[in-house]
Amino acid sequence: MHLAYPAVLAVLLFSIGLYGVLGRRNAILVLMSVELMLNAVNLNLVAFDVWLRDTLHAGQALTLFTITIAAAEIGIGLAIVLLVYRNRGSSDVDRLTDLAENGLAGTGPAGAGSTPDAAADEKAEATA
Amino acid sequence: MSLAAAAAAPSGFLSPTGVEIAFVLVGIATLGAALISVTTKQLVHAALWLVVALGGLAVEYLLLTAEFIAWVQVLIYVGSVVVLILFGLMLTRAPIGRSPDADSDNRWVAVTVAAASAITLVWVVVDAFRTTWIELDGSVQGSTKVTGQTLFQHWVLPFEALSVLLLAALVGAIVLSRKNQDQDKES
Amino acid sequence: MTLTTLAALVPILPFLGAAAGLLLGRRAPGFVRPLAVLPTAAAFVLAAVVAVRQGSGAPTDAATRLTPTGSVPIDLALHLDGFAVLIAVLVGLVATCVQLYSTAYLRDDPRYPSYAALVSLFTAAMFLVVYSGDLMVLLVGWEIMGICSYFLVGHYWETEVARAASMKAFLVTKLGDVPFIIGVFALATDAGTFRINGILTAATHGQLQHPTIVALLLLAGVAGKSAQFPLHTWLPDAMAGPTPVSALIHAATMVAAGIYLVARLLPVFTASAAALVVLAVMAAVTMIGSGLAALAQDDIKRVLAYSTIGQLGYMAGALAVGDRSAAVFHLLSHGAFKALLFLGAGVVIHAAGTNSLSAMSRMGDLGKRAPDAMWTMGIALAALAALPPFSGFFSKESVLRAAEHASGGHTDGVPSAVGWTVLAAGLITAVLTAGYATRLFLLAFRGSGPRAADHGREPAIMNAVLWVLAVPSVAFGMIALVPSVFDLPKWFDGTELTPTLLTSVLGIGLALVGVLVTYGAWTAGAARRSAAPLGAIGADSGAEPAEAEATAIAAHTAVYGDIASSDDPADPGRLLLGRLHRHAASGFHLDAVYTALFVRPVLAAANLVRFLDREVVETYVRGAGAAPRLLGAAVRRAQTGNVQTYLSALLAGAVVLAVLVAVGA
Repeated sequence: MHLAYPAVLAVLLFSIGLYGVLGRRNAILVLMSVELMLNAVNLNLVAFDVWLRDTLHAGQALTLFTITIAAAEIGIGLAIVLLVYRNRGSSDVDRLTDLAENGLAGTGPAGAGSTPDAAADEKAEATA
Repeated sequence: MSLAAAAAAPSGFLSPTGVEIAFVLVGIATLGAALISVTTKQLVHAALWLVVALGGLAVEYLLLTAEFIAWVQVLIYVGSVVVLILFGLMLTRAPIGRSPDADSDNRWVAVTVAAASAITLVWVVVDAFRTTWIELDGSVQGSTKVTGQTLFQHWVLPFEALSVLLLAALVGAIVLSRKNQDQDKES
Repeated sequence: MTLTTLAALVPILPFLGAAAGLLLGRRAPGFVRPLAVLPTAAAFVLAAVVAVRQGSGAPTDAATRLTPTGSVPIDLALHLDGFAVLIAVLVGLVATCVQLYSTAYLRDDPRYPSYAALVSLFTAAMFLVVYSGDLMVLLVGWEIMGICSYFLVGHYWETEVARAASMKAFLVTKLGDVPFIIGVFALATDAGTFRINGILTAATHGQLQHPTIVALLLLAGVAGKSAQFPLHTWLPDAMAGPTPVSALIHAATMVAAGIYLVARLLPVFTASAAALVVLAVMAAVTMIGSGLAALAQDDIKRVLAYSTIGQLGYMAGALAVGDRSAAVFHLLSHGAFKALLFLGAGVVIHAAGTNSLSAMSRMGDLGKRAPDAMWTMGIALAALAALPPFSGFFSKESVLRAAEHASGGHTDGVPSAVGWTVLAAGLITAVLTAGYATRLFLLAFRGSGPRAADHGREPAIMNAVLWVLAVPSVAFGMIALVPSVFDLPKWFDGTELTPTLLTSVLGIGLALVGVLVTYGAWTAGAARRSAAPLGAIGADSGAEPAEAEATAIAAHTAVYGDIASSDDPADPGRLLLGRLHRHAASGFHLDAVYTALFVRPVLAAANLVRFLDREVVETYVRGAGAAPRLLGAAVRRAQTGNVQTYLSALLAGAVVLAVLVAVGA
């Protein structure tokens, strides 16, 4: 079998998963898309392992490990999504913007930007 | 053996064998299922189409003679991961039926990025592996026996580490969920 | 010890005392008073020894090269002649008296250690100026005196009056010092050396290319330091400092430094007739103006301040007619009796609780309460008014004699017009001086009215010091001119200093006229005085004298509405001056003129600069900051918090990189 078939299939699957990660709103849908990406990688690994006829079967072993880790990851990921849903009332990725400029962590630099300026102005006045 | 292999070997670039045809057909099905999974507005349907995609991949593994991995794929992915996802959807009260905001505002950028990466990678891969063929007629690469032998001879330590990781994940998931319950009880 | 070593020790001892006082003042408060008095007293003794050993012989010079400068080198040089050693004795005497007086005057002052150290530092600087043979070293002492004056005048810096006065003193003297320094450099360039001997040699041999300009530049510094018109406005306001400071700095020593400098460099000045004319006009205007102003002042110290300005005018006049012996003679006798007057004024202010003459004239028994002050100040005022046989008579007569000599055209290099100017001004001022001296005595000690509150006994040391200074006020004049005992002319240039008959008669006569006219005005106003009560006393009766003085100074404006004059209808000065009184009290509005001419434009310029800096420069600065800020705001908008946005950007970049790598490969 031409190696291009599994490789191209893996690439296309990966890109579809990529679209899902970047373009879906619900956190669980994002996790599903991540699973797609992982599976694409697994397919690639297996194909190359079979092609190279590796004695160690590193590709297949790694695929098994990847499957296992993906399972663990989805377990924890879903636990987190559930927590978020419980605390925020929604599991939309759009709503989780605490890292934003004017997010939950105080007013941030944008808010404090005016006061140091004003204070510096006053100081300059006083010494003038 | 070598004659049979030589006879079964493809005589040119575009001469597909049966395996290839099967592979391509199942591949198209898988891609289609994946595409629907990431574009449909019905959340539960997305999970179910994911099952189809993962199942298709299991078939691909079989075609690549990696039978152990195929069954592991079915067991773990289709069996537990998707079930977990469904549980998650249920517990987060995902709407049954169409939900209008399943796609974020970012989807046009996402399409662009995904398309660009697809084109790039396909181009690179096809250009690199223009003349490589997988030998499927030799010894089976992915049988249980072979997999077990390599796993417990060469990959024992990673295997054990992985089990620890699984334990950690298990404990972590329990702790995460449990804390929440305690807080709920206190408040 | 050699004469040079002794002379070198004279400035060094008070300097070490000052350094020790500044370092140890807080840590060892028990040592502060001995550290204040002993080095100064030792320096006085050594100065006297140096004077005796130097005698009236040839001048002693000693020098070591301090630093080569590439053009005109600077030497650490000593020049001892009659002028230098006698002035050093005067400085030592007055400084010792002032330090002793201050131990009682500022007994409770928390800043006494630094005060005493600064007075010692000042004394060391004055000794340096007097003994120095090199203009640069003299300049160092000159400037140190200036800064010590700033600190000491501002001793009561809690009060606005003292802060303003010290700043004004500093700035006005510095205004004179800038042309002075330029003149020193020009002089040294012309003469090729900073050594005074070298400069004088060059001057007498006519080698100075620009004597007039140099002399005028130097005169600017002299006018500032010695409070001559037009840079005299700082001295009356500097009375905001403690009285001992006024006695030392503003009567006897620092203001005398300018006169001393001209005396030392007299050949430079006599080389230019224009400079002599300018000096004579300055002296004349100063003498008459200050005499009139002194008649109108209400604050006892301001009267003495204007009096100092006028007497310095006499010395400047003597220098203008080319007679430095007369000038220094008057400097010596004036130093003694003016210091005595200031120290006595300190006692009087403490006893009365006020510094206002109007208030004192309404107190019945001030003379009885401060008898030492009354007698010694009486002696000193008589010396000031140039009544024989006190020292002031002889010294003033020597000045008038020199002026008369020059007016007759008998002095080489001095135009007779200069002589006439000085003579006329001197005679008019004699009347005015006698007038304000009498006024001061009568208002302070011959007041009538209810008894004032008792402000405690005057400390014995303050009174003792007054009597110590009374001795030279009485005797110096007579003794100085007796050839067998002292023979002052031999110490100086040899010019005759004894009074001539003509000037003596004129002088005594005019002085008596002044005394009698003032006395008449005083008695004429007696009825009005008892009818119009005036004045207020705010000083705490138990406070140390310095605190009483500070309160009195700060209260004067609050009570009378003006720092200088009061509305006393019985004031003989008001009667005598008539319409001039209002102008004379404010120093003929010179302060207002300076404010309008200099202060307001400078403040306006400063405001303009501030406006430009704040509105123009600052705008550009802020504008420069605006661009990065906008850029930052633009970049910050990428921080949406949306993970998918971040990831998209990341992956798009990765794809681009991959494409580049692939295409490049």
